[in-house]
Amino acid sequence: MRTGFHLTKRDTISPGKAWAIRLIAVLLSLVVCGLVIMAITKDNPVRVYAALIDGAIGSKNRFWNTIRSMMLLLVVASGLTPAFRMRFWNIGAEGQILVGGVAAAGMMIYFGGSVPNAVLLFAILIISALAGIIWGLIPAFFKAVLNTNETLFTLMLNYVAIQLTNFAIILWETPKGSNSVGVINQASRAGWFPRLFGVNDAMIVILVLVITALVAVYMRYSKQGYEIAVVGESKDTARYVGINVRKVIMRTMMISGGICGMAGAIIVCGASHTISLGITGGRGFTAIIVAWMAHFNAFAMALVSAFLAFMQQGAIQIATQFSLNENASEIITGIILFFLIGSEFFINYKLERTKGGAAQ
Amino acid sequence: MASETILELKHVTKRFGEVVANDGVDLSLKRGEILSILGENGSGKTTLMNILSGIYYPDDGEVCIDGKTVSIRSPQDAFDLGIGMVHQHFKLIKIMTAAENIILGMEGEARLHMQQVEENVRKVVSEYGFDLNPKEKIYNMSVSQKQTVEIVKVLYRGARILILDEPTAVLTPQETEKLFAVMRNMKAAGKSIIIITHKLNEVLEISDRVSVLRKGKYIGTVDTKDASVDSLTEMMVGEKVELDFGREDPVSPERRIEMEHVTVTGADGRNVLTDISFTANSGEILGIAGISGNGQKELLESIAGLQVLQSGEINYYPPDAEKTSLTGKSVEEIRKMGISLSFVPEDRLGMGLVGSMDMTDNMMLRSFRKGRSFFANRKDPKDLAERIIKQLEVVTPGTATPVRRLSGGNVQKVLVGREISISPRVLMTAYPVRGLDINSSYTIYHLLNEQKKNGAAVICVGEDLDVLIGLCDRILVLAGGRVSGIVDARHVTKEEIGLLMTGMSKEMTTSKEEVTS
Repeated sequence: MRTGFHLTKRDTISPGKAWAIRLIAVLLSLVVCGLVIMAITKDNPVRVYAALIDGAIGSKNRFWNTIRSMMLLLVVASGLTPAFRMRFWNIGAEGQILVGGVAAAGMMIYFGGSVPNAVLLFAILIISALAGIIWGLIPAFFKAVLNTNETLFTLMLNYVAIQLTNFAIILWETPKGSNSVGVINQASRAGWFPRLFGVNDAMIVILVLVITALVAVYMRYSKQGYEIAVVGESKDTARYVGINVRKVIMRTMMISGGICGMAGAIIVCGASHTISLGITGGRGFTAIIVAWMAHFNAFAMALVSAFLAFMQQGAIQIATQFSLNENASEIITGIILFFLIGSEFFINYKLERTKGGAAQ
Repeated sequence: MASETILELKHVTKRFGEVVANDGVDLSLKRGEILSILGENGSGKTTLMNILSGIYYPDDGEVCIDGKTVSIRSPQDAFDLGIGMVHQHFKLIKIMTAAENIILGMEGEARLHMQQVEENVRKVVSEYGFDLNPKEKIYNMSVSQKQTVEIVKVLYRGARILILDEPTAVLTPQETEKLFAVMRNMKAAGKSIIIITHKLNEVLEISDRVSVLRKGKYIGTVDTKDASVDSLTEMMVGEKVELDFGREDPVSPERRIEMEHVTVTGADGRNVLTDISFTANSGEILGIAGISGNGQKELLESIAGLQVLQSGEINYYPPDAEKTSLTGKSVEEIRKMGISLSFVPEDRLGMGLVGSMDMTDNMMLRSFRKGRSFFANRKDPKDLAERIIKQLEVVTPGTATPVRRLSGGNVQKVLVGREISISPRVLMTAYPVRGLDINSSYTIYHLLNEQKKNGAAVICVGEDLDVLIGLCDRILVLAGGRVSGIVDARHVTKEEIGLLMTGMSKEMTTSKEEVTS
């Protein structure tokens, strides 16, 4: 028998220890990022990190960019939470955001200026949520009735949504042939989120925090939230106590898709003011990581979103300052996510020394 | 008989988190002997055998084969060392033949000579006196035949040491006899066999020596000829236990549940229940016996509203009121009709409870719909959880601990506690004491008796015939999804039930079915 190490599953781990492991992972990822950046830029890593912090919170403008980026990630993560708690692998948030965004852009184009802005905004949020609901309900319906695989289904619907967005872009492109919609209602600002309390992004922050809080309360305290948890943990138990599993699947995906659709409107009305394939910024996928890492806890999701947004915004600064292209920021985000997801392994397992094997 | 030691375990320890499944276990196996590993459920028998078969790796201690220390890191290593394990749950591919399953995963020449393989299998079969056709498909086989395939599989691969994990749990008394005959042949041929069981009479019948485990600790090894049921029980549980279930006569039984000609079709289109008729009465315990997988689960689930009936009727007779039909009613509809029907399913953490949820949330499973509020009430369930902890002496850090972390006995107390908390008119339980130690088992028997005394109609699916005969008033025997007999538990022998379990001899049935008022 050889001596060595082996892995054993942890029975329990205190929250403090779990967060300590995650913190170590973050620190390690920063070290590795520093090494990578140093290898590319041949510059002092301290200067690189200074640039990173400067990029994320160095000015009022940059600070709010980071906050906005965080909020947009957080709202999608909140939208995914009910679906994932139900163990419904909704990886179609990208598509749900896009159809919501298309709906919002269409409303801005067709109704901008003809109704009061408050009414328009309200209608936009409703309609874009409806678009997301449809996009979420389709895979849920087939899952509930025919037990189709929701992972493939939601993934494929992303591509349908992409083509739908392309169609809308061609339909609305200005000027003709530019293949882009351009800023919608630039002069009238109809359908744009208004500036509140002297802050451009105030409405995004308010909307996202309200949605996040509502989702958290719904999941924790409502009967429906409890049903979702039971269905997610054990469909047999749900059947055993008479929960209508099909109904819960469809209802939950309507909520999940609806919030993601509304997130599309928040992005279009609050940030991009146009519709393009780029409005999601990959948030439909990144938010999956946010939700899982945070174990669906609202506060933890806010923290993780903030961290990722901070790193992404900071990396953009590094890219410009050290004349790298924008892929550098994605490399950095990728490294960080690798460490964060990897740390979950060490939260579930521990390395132990194999004993008693020395006698050969 | 050669007495060379072929296998030796020295101070083997295996931990799962904080649970010590094996605590410094010593064991030795000689060539050509049958060794029983005896212990209650949860005593670490299966863990120990999984270490030998390469599924688990010990945290501490040594495994020696032929006097040499070995390291078994995978099932392949175990095979190479001549250790073959027959698991409690068979690992066979249904659409393949016996021979195909037997060679599955073995290396061979580029071209597969199936006839040669079948010939070789036949040789092994006849050498030890098995009853098996290598060309038979698994899905056509009975449980006992499938087990034969598993045993032939390990012999075919040249195992010298066979480990059988509770092989008789799924067999009728007659099939058990056949298995034992084969085991004696294997022993005569010089194979060493470890048999895991907790049935004492079998231990005494088949084995040469018995090693006893208790709560993961090695208690000792005795020669079977020096052992008795009493002495083994004492080693196994540490104290003498009286097998007294405290059965009382039913008080004014009334018809509660009536099944008439019920047929249920399974997912594969075959009938899992065929033409089932019986009544369950208040104030009595109706036992359901049968080899596992013969329709017990479906029978209870039909009453609970979890199965779709192909034909037939299920009626509920409330006290002092007209009968109500349960036919075609869903769980929710039955609940809305106000029928207090409780069900303790076989799969406790997969169906009856949600393992990752705490006790309070598990109490809520039955009651969370109460009231019109959008929000769920967690106060009453928490009170109920605390009451159950106190009354049934549940060992748990508190109501906020996930029930998965509790031991098997405590999990069952939580589930049974919740189900009887509504004072049910009908209480159905499937294998209520499976995996429980003797003390917990008696707590559960006591609770069932109490419900009977309170006038509930108790239906109890069981596997230990001694328990069913001692606890129940009447026993319904299922065989192949049909009722093969309903007998008076006070005047029946194990052998009679065993015969009924195989579906034979209907004429033996005593016609004591109608006990209606």
